[in-house]
Amino acid sequence: MRIRISHTISYEYAEPARHITQILRLTPLDHDGQHVMSWRIEPSIDGRMRATRDAHGNVVHSFYADGPISSLSIHIDGVVETTDLAGVVRGGIERVPCDVYRRDTLLTEQDEALRSFAEETAGGAGTELSQMHALMAAVNGRMTCVDATGRTGVGAAAAFQAKEAIAQDIAHVFMACARHLGLPARYVSGYVAQAEDLPHANGAHAWAEVHFDDYGWIGFDCANAICPIDTHVRVAVGLDFADAAPVRGARQGGEGELLNVLVSAREAEGRLSNQ
Amino acid sequence: MVAFDEMTGSGAELRPAYEALDRWLKETPADQLALRRSQAELFFRRIGITFAVYGDEDSTERLIPFDIIPRVLTKPEWTKLEKGLRQRVTALNMFLADVYGPKECLKAGIIPPDLVYRNACYQLEMVDFKVPHGVYCHIAGIDVVRVDADTFYVLEDNARTPSGVSYMMENREVMLRLFPELFSTHRVAPVDNYPDQLLATLRSVAPRSAPSDPTICLLTPGQFNSAFYEHSFLADKLGVELVEGSDLLVKDDVVYMRTTQGPKRVDVIYRRIDDDFIDPLVFRGDSVLGVPGIIGAYKAGNVTLANAVGTGVADDKAVYSYMPEIVKFFTGEEPILKNVPTWRCREPEANAYVLDNLEHLVVKEVNGSGGYGMLVGPHANKAQIETFRRKLKAQPEGFIAQPTLALSTCPTFVASGVAPRHVDLRPYVLSGANGISCVPGGLTRVALKEGSLVVNSSQGGGTKDTWVLDA
Repeated sequence: MRIRISHTISYEYAEPARHITQILRLTPLDHDGQHVMSWRIEPSIDGRMRATRDAHGNVVHSFYADGPISSLSIHIDGVVETTDLAGVVRGGIERVPCDVYRRDTLLTEQDEALRSFAEETAGGAGTELSQMHALMAAVNGRMTCVDATGRTGVGAAAAFQAKEAIAQDIAHVFMACARHLGLPARYVSGYVAQAEDLPHANGAHAWAEVHFDDYGWIGFDCANAICPIDTHVRVAVGLDFADAAPVRGARQGGEGELLNVLVSAREAEGRLSNQ
Repeated sequence: MVAFDEMTGSGAELRPAYEALDRWLKETPADQLALRRSQAELFFRRIGITFAVYGDEDSTERLIPFDIIPRVLTKPEWTKLEKGLRQRVTALNMFLADVYGPKECLKAGIIPPDLVYRNACYQLEMVDFKVPHGVYCHIAGIDVVRVDADTFYVLEDNARTPSGVSYMMENREVMLRLFPELFSTHRVAPVDNYPDQLLATLRSVAPRSAPSDPTICLLTPGQFNSAFYEHSFLADKLGVELVEGSDLLVKDDVVYMRTTQGPKRVDVIYRRIDDDFIDPLVFRGDSVLGVPGIIGAYKAGNVTLANAVGTGVADDKAVYSYMPEIVKFFTGEEPILKNVPTWRCREPEANAYVLDNLEHLVVKEVNGSGGYGMLVGPHANKAQIETFRRKLKAQPEGFIAQPTLALSTCPTFVASGVAPRHVDLRPYVLSGANGISCVPGGLTRVALKEGSLVVNSSQGGGTKDTWVLDA
């Protein structure tokens, strides 16, 4: 599938900001099943942008802008060609050993409830792969995925207790259980193109990946109860949301921040003129 | 359990280093000693050398009790100890360079890889990053204890932001003022050049792009930190600015300090803020103590952080148990300082032994520090032991256990007079581009409660001046 992504993150400040620093993880990379045909990140104001790679292999842009800044928007526009590999991720850059992803982090810390949920739903017989499929079904059954607009994450344990959560915390719940069962699990932020049978395909999305000795990394999208198909575009991975967040920012001044996000990911129609 | 006594050995003799001190203690009238002790306390109160105890709501600031009887080491004792410390810190720095670089020690099977990779202190940001001049742990505080005349054990390597050096200096200052006569009868190696050595160390590791007179500052979490006094003390002695996160700003990967003359570029930061809080853009986003962008500047090679980010993986208590092998692997020498025998509870056999012998062992949380989260079996009640039994069964990999060591004792003033109390020693080892330095002695901490083995100031410990005799 050829997916066109358009993503605008806008900030308005009641009081102009004197200086803004942002760390952006908003650039997808090629791997089997995903080819980036075009990609642009454009801030609405002048500033300095520097690209580096982090330990996970993500492209990280550091953006610095001087004020007074009363509004800033980061506009992303790109086209990605995908094929359905049933969630298997291969041919990407792996810079750290998968043992790293067995770590617990603040957002994936387990409590007793999560541990027994993991053991009851997936701790039994079967291969590791079938256990993870059982876990995905159980997490999907237990958790209701709600729209992320105006909400922030609370972490795996709190989300599990609340039974409803935004996509990133549903990924955290799954990761916390997988890690408890001894498997490396990581967080993925990306986009999901609109498709009829996917309930949560409204642009930006988050899911998880688990590492198996036999297959390598395989994605699990618990909110949609599927292993990612050609609707899914992987952008960044990390130990949890905080580690792979699309934007982390700091500013001086700029009180009264108003955030607005517009995102669309759709199957591109016809031939692309700008290729 | 009879411990080795610093003054009397096994109890019968008087060790030569303490002869003059013993005479002085016997000859000085009791009322005069009492007067000097109260003067010492007054001195500490006046200079305001205090620390905060976390979780103690009654008082945010307390005085660490100071005992006027010094702890004495002979020159040969210190020489051997210092050699061992240099070797240990060399190995710590080589280990850090290796785990963040080629990972030879993991490939060689010296230490299980998951102990490093799953460790939250192993900072992924540092992987394949070359720190300025190859130095990771610029300031180390190596806790050692003595069990007999010849044997020192390393109890803990503090490779993150070790504190206490201000007490080492103030203790000497107070002793010099109150007991000048003792310093005319003893040739005590000075410690007052520590700030000069620290400054030289910090200057030596400035980025190569920095001017020959680099700008250095000391970054503190602020006045609510338990060691804030020390931060301001050291900044003053070093002659550098004491700054909080909000005093620094990062622009285009360069760190500036706000001054009355405008922003001033900073080259080296002696930071006393933990990794997790130092940059909200990279580590904990809820940190208001740190400096947004400082890691970007660090990784661009524009500023040196001392200590480097990610040194915690070297002083982790589980990694500690592998230090003898680590020392051997990196230095090619036998370790001069011993490790305390350690059971790794992550190994089922070891954990079974620990569970069977809880009442005799000291159990420590792998990620705990400062005496928090620790069980001293022989001094614990049934309920405390059962709590730890549950913890050990639920999460064995979170703990290590060690035998209860007979830490050496040193004569100490207590309510009933002078009595032996257990002591440890924290020497401070500095590593710069030009090698390692270490002022003679360090900070002696003393457990003031009779029989207690916990010397931490947060748990009722005090301090003493530490003498290394030149002759």
